[in-house]
Amino acid sequence: MTCGAHRISRRTPESTAGLVVFGALLVALATLPEWDPDRTLQVPLVIVLIYLSLAQMWNLLAGFAGLVSIGQQMFVGIGVYSLLTLAEDRGIDPYLSVALAGLVAAVLSIPVALFAFRLKGGYFAIGTWVIAEVVRLLVIESDSLAGGDVRSLTRNSLGAYSREARDDITYWLALALAVGATAIVVLVLRSRLGLGLRAVRDSEGGARGLGVDVGRTRLIVWVVAAFWTGATGAVILLNSPSARADSAFSVLRWTALVIFIVVIGGVGSTTGPILGVAVFWFIDEQLAEADTWRFIILGTVAVVMAVLAPKGLYGLLQRWRPVQFFPVRRRLVPRAEEPA
Amino acid sequence: MSWANAAVQGVLLGGLFALVATGLSLSFGVMRFVNLAHGDLAILAAYLAVSTTTILDVNPFVSLLVVVPLMAAAGYLTQRYVFDRTIGPDPLPAILVTFGLGVVIQNALLQHYSADSQGLDAGSIETASIRLTDDIAVGWFPLLTLGTAVVVLVALQLLLSRTRAGRAFRATSDDPDTARLMGIDDRRIYARVMAIAFATVALAGVFIGIRQTFGPAEGPSILLFGFEAVVIGGLGSLWGTLVGGIVLGVAQALGNQVDVRYDLLSGVLFGHLLFLAVLAFRPQGLFGRQGRA
Repeated sequence: MTCGAHRISRRTPESTAGLVVFGALLVALATLPEWDPDRTLQVPLVIVLIYLSLAQMWNLLAGFAGLVSIGQQMFVGIGVYSLLTLAEDRGIDPYLSVALAGLVAAVLSIPVALFAFRLKGGYFAIGTWVIAEVVRLLVIESDSLAGGDVRSLTRNSLGAYSREARDDITYWLALALAVGATAIVVLVLRSRLGLGLRAVRDSEGGARGLGVDVGRTRLIVWVVAAFWTGATGAVILLNSPSARADSAFSVLRWTALVIFIVVIGGVGSTTGPILGVAVFWFIDEQLAEADTWRFIILGTVAVVMAVLAPKGLYGLLQRWRPVQFFPVRRRLVPRAEEPA
Repeated sequence: MSWANAAVQGVLLGGLFALVATGLSLSFGVMRFVNLAHGDLAILAAYLAVSTTTILDVNPFVSLLVVVPLMAAAGYLTQRYVFDRTIGPDPLPAILVTFGLGVVIQNALLQHYSADSQGLDAGSIETASIRLTDDIAVGWFPLLTLGTAVVVLVALQLLLSRTRAGRAFRATSDDPDTARLMGIDDRRIYARVMAIAFATVALAGVFIGIRQTFGPAEGPSILLFGFEAVVIGGLGSLWGTLVGGIVLGVAQALGNQVDVRYDLLSGVLFGHLLFLAVLAFRPQGLFGRQGRA
């Protein structure tokens, strides 16, 4: 787009460099099963990628749409039990079922919104948490879902694939979810919808006045995040082929850790969750099996960051040197800077 | 257990929920602040009472003399040095800080006290009861809990409506900027409110510990019950909070009478469903004003 002596552009030198680096990284990650035959990197990476996918979606809701949900474990759990029902009980291909699980989560997220969207701020947060608890209790009480028992994927659903093929497909699915989640956030923010979201974040009344349909904008983002979180839940089950309702709907594992990752990395930026997930990986590598310490350490770091550096590591990086790896903002570039 | 008896026990249980909800209701009413660590603080207080009764060899009721002032002081300081930095038009920082704090408290308790369930032994009052009819008996301890909740709520209502400090609380709630112009230090008001909120939730936590066994992971469900009581009663209304707690208690007790797969959970599920029904059909709560949620 041109405008007199200036040009409007989203690209920055870092974003072009970033594109090259990320492209190379992506090729390396996609071919990982080829050059990491012992799976020393592949096994921990699946978890890291799953958390990146969840973190990007939570950040889309909380950081951009003002929907601070503490109920996202509900969609993980719905994904897990959709996969059990579709693949294990109905015999549908497990990998097709991953997409269907996302669809189930997306459909169920609409009635959830009907209740939860009546609450604001902190009360929206607790409201979504209550609804997640209701879903967990219903899954436990249900005879056909049997959420009170340990359930797993067996030869019924996985029989057609070899063990090696399953491990690789699970890894690729996790990679696709993480990269896809990042791409979704970038695309949403660059679209008209994203412009509306940021307008609503800055001033809800002002955005309304300019004709942004706040409720509709938020609902779209809510449903997209539910789809992606549900599909990620299905991959979580593929990666650890047994589940109970209490683990599938765990607020600590699927929402608290995700929130800590986003807060440490930087709420409201696309790079933040990537930085946060790197910190999560690093800390997890230092701890052997101490689940408790993981929550204490990450939680404390997150609280300290939220008070002292509310924009997280990405914000600190920006203060030191302003770089934009995922360009979502439009800038004015003087013509003189343009190479001829 | 008959339905009538279940309803009576539910009213008494509601006293406990109201006691939990008091601090949430007050801090939301005065400073629009939602503390997601509220339930974990109740459990923290119960554990502090366990340590106090063990070290000093006293009754849990006596331990209140240590636990409640300690928690009140913690509330004052936490508001002053942590929560205050998160108050503003954007609710996100407050949610993140209080939620994170709750998770840290929960896991620190797990690390220190282990996952074994604990209980507070208050002696014979725990089992003593008055028999009203053939199948309705009222326990002294649940009665004491409900009585305490009523006394706390009446005292707070009087504080808010009759005292100079209460006037400052209400003025700050209505318009912090103008209140500041009148010479009110809103930061100090907020710290006092949080001290009261922590003190009441400490009281609730110790009562929970006497009533039942508890573990480090129970904070979140306590938070949800308290929150439901506040929303059912209507945001910002202390009387509503009492009624909301009682309505929730009755719903849970009656829900437990329904026979389903896992008996222990059905009462909780019924309580949640009642809350959702209120949210759908009367979002302002039973006593709330329109458009406050």
